[in-house]
Amino acid sequence: MAEYKGVMTFCEVAEGKLASIATELLGYGRKLADELGQELSAVLVGSGIGSLAQEAIAFGADKAYVVDDTLLKDYQTDSYVSAMEKVVKEVMPQILILGQTSIGRDLAPRLAFRLNTAASLGCLELAIDPESKLLLQTKPAYGGNAQAVFICQSYPQIATVRPKAIAPLERDESRKGEVITVDAGLDPSAIRTKVLEKVPEKIEGVRLEDAEVVIAGGRGIGSAEGFKQLEELARMLKGAVGATRPPCDNEWVPAGAQIGLTGKIVTPDLYIAVALSGSSQHMSGCSSSKTIVAINKDAEANIFREARFGIVGDWKKVLPAFADKIKGLLAE
Amino acid sequence: MNMVVCIKQVVDPEAPPASFKIDPASNKVVPPQGVSPVVDPYAEYAIEAALKIKDALGGKITAISLGINQLRDIVKKPLAMGADELILLEDEAFDEGDSWSTAYALAMGIKKIGDYDIIFCGREASDWNAGQVGSGIAEILGLPGVTLARKIDITNGKARVERVTDEGYEVIEVSLPALITVSNEIGEPRYPTIKGIMAAKKKEPVIWKPADIGVEVSQIGAAGRRTKLLKLFQPVREAKCEIVEGENPEEAAVNLALKLREAKVL
Repeated sequence: MAEYKGVMTFCEVAEGKLASIATELLGYGRKLADELGQELSAVLVGSGIGSLAQEAIAFGADKAYVVDDTLLKDYQTDSYVSAMEKVVKEVMPQILILGQTSIGRDLAPRLAFRLNTAASLGCLELAIDPESKLLLQTKPAYGGNAQAVFICQSYPQIATVRPKAIAPLERDESRKGEVITVDAGLDPSAIRTKVLEKVPEKIEGVRLEDAEVVIAGGRGIGSAEGFKQLEELARMLKGAVGATRPPCDNEWVPAGAQIGLTGKIVTPDLYIAVALSGSSQHMSGCSSSKTIVAINKDAEANIFREARFGIVGDWKKVLPAFADKIKGLLAE
Repeated sequence: MNMVVCIKQVVDPEAPPASFKIDPASNKVVPPQGVSPVVDPYAEYAIEAALKIKDALGGKITAISLGINQLRDIVKKPLAMGADELILLEDEAFDEGDSWSTAYALAMGIKKIGDYDIIFCGREASDWNAGQVGSGIAEILGLPGVTLARKIDITNGKARVERVTDEGYEVIEVSLPALITVSNEIGEPRYPTIKGIMAAKKKEPVIWKPADIGVEVSQIGAAGRRTKLLKLFQPVREAKCEIVEGENPEEAAVNLALKLREAKVL
């Protein structure tokens, strides 16, 4: 295993730019590479993306590998796994990190099996073991009830990291690095899927993941009409509405509003949890919020173990008065 | 359509959080008392996806489950929901695997089943949340794979899959045979019917041992792991919630707003 060296980050591209997860990963990769005293490389895969290599260097990479091919315009398992297999075999990094996104979740495990190594998905934290120098991979298990620390005994050690696990480094245009192009060498007949259509979800107002204030409702809200009140408060605070799983399953809110292990991960400044119990699986999507406020009529609800402020009471009585007062405070 | 669905028996993820305990010495979850294990909820979405296709086009569904101490009443649930056969990879040697050894054993089991158009898995399992076994099976069997499916249509011998993405969804066409992992957006799994439950009672699962699927004991279970679990623990909660009171709920609400302003949260 001695010839494997360095940390590699797979950098996703979104709308012709480095995706936010890519900049976060470069920050994380930089930290790991520095601890190991090794190089950080970035891999950019796509079509017409060459200009982003310098950007990856500005965010912390020492080297940027670019695999540019029209066949790589859209993410597809076969083509991306094949391109990444080629890069990894050429560069031989000790560690490869990807984002826990719809791309990373598909690419990382398939690539790990292809390379005869293992991956950990959805890591909350990555660290270098001081003795073995192996990658300690901490991830949620049992729906967020537990966390597990894994090591992988083969190279490269592959992990995906959840969005917002770390803040990106400051962009530094003066950073110097090497850009290396890699020929994808793809055989079009080996790509067994075709992307027919991409359908973006419609969003009004602030994106849930970007919101500084999130008002989240649970089963206790009881109806789509109930969520209207949460939306009103969210509008007032320029925030977004989220939900636990039951309101999504019952179609009171769109599936995209779900926060939790099986939904979105949010890290707002203020998280107002209304009529939700605070199950582990939900909390694993919001527990990094700066301030959590709970409104629940059950004083024993788990959410009060997580919240900074709380009211034990019926949300139907609490919320209108709360919204009114806030309106007044904001007008001052 | 011949379909295979990978399922798993797990600790009930809906059990109250307070009942969740870990034995630190063995790094294992202590099964909560009085709470029966269940079929992994994500696997139920996979069964539902297969049943939807069977409803539309007909076909045969074989469920396959790997583990030890698999309670027959639990793992027969796919049969009660409408699957046709149940195969259990059941042996101590299969136990305590990771994604690698589990995917390998399942892939070899599926290879023995032989005739399949689609293999379904849940997008992950509710115990380890690894999310890799489906992709692993596809890679080992050399099949195309589509993950995170929310809708599947079969036309002209190909599957048209709506795949959940961070931005919404994308529509992917994939040639068959293929492996598809299913996400919760596929819709609520159906309840077993009385007729289904009666039929499942009469049906005995087929048991396969490592030798039956041609695998070495060194390649499966704990022996075949590529990853090592160093620690399993419950994250510590910092509980110091300040309960805001008032004469009535409305007054408490006003006090909360003032409190948030004071704390500069608002």
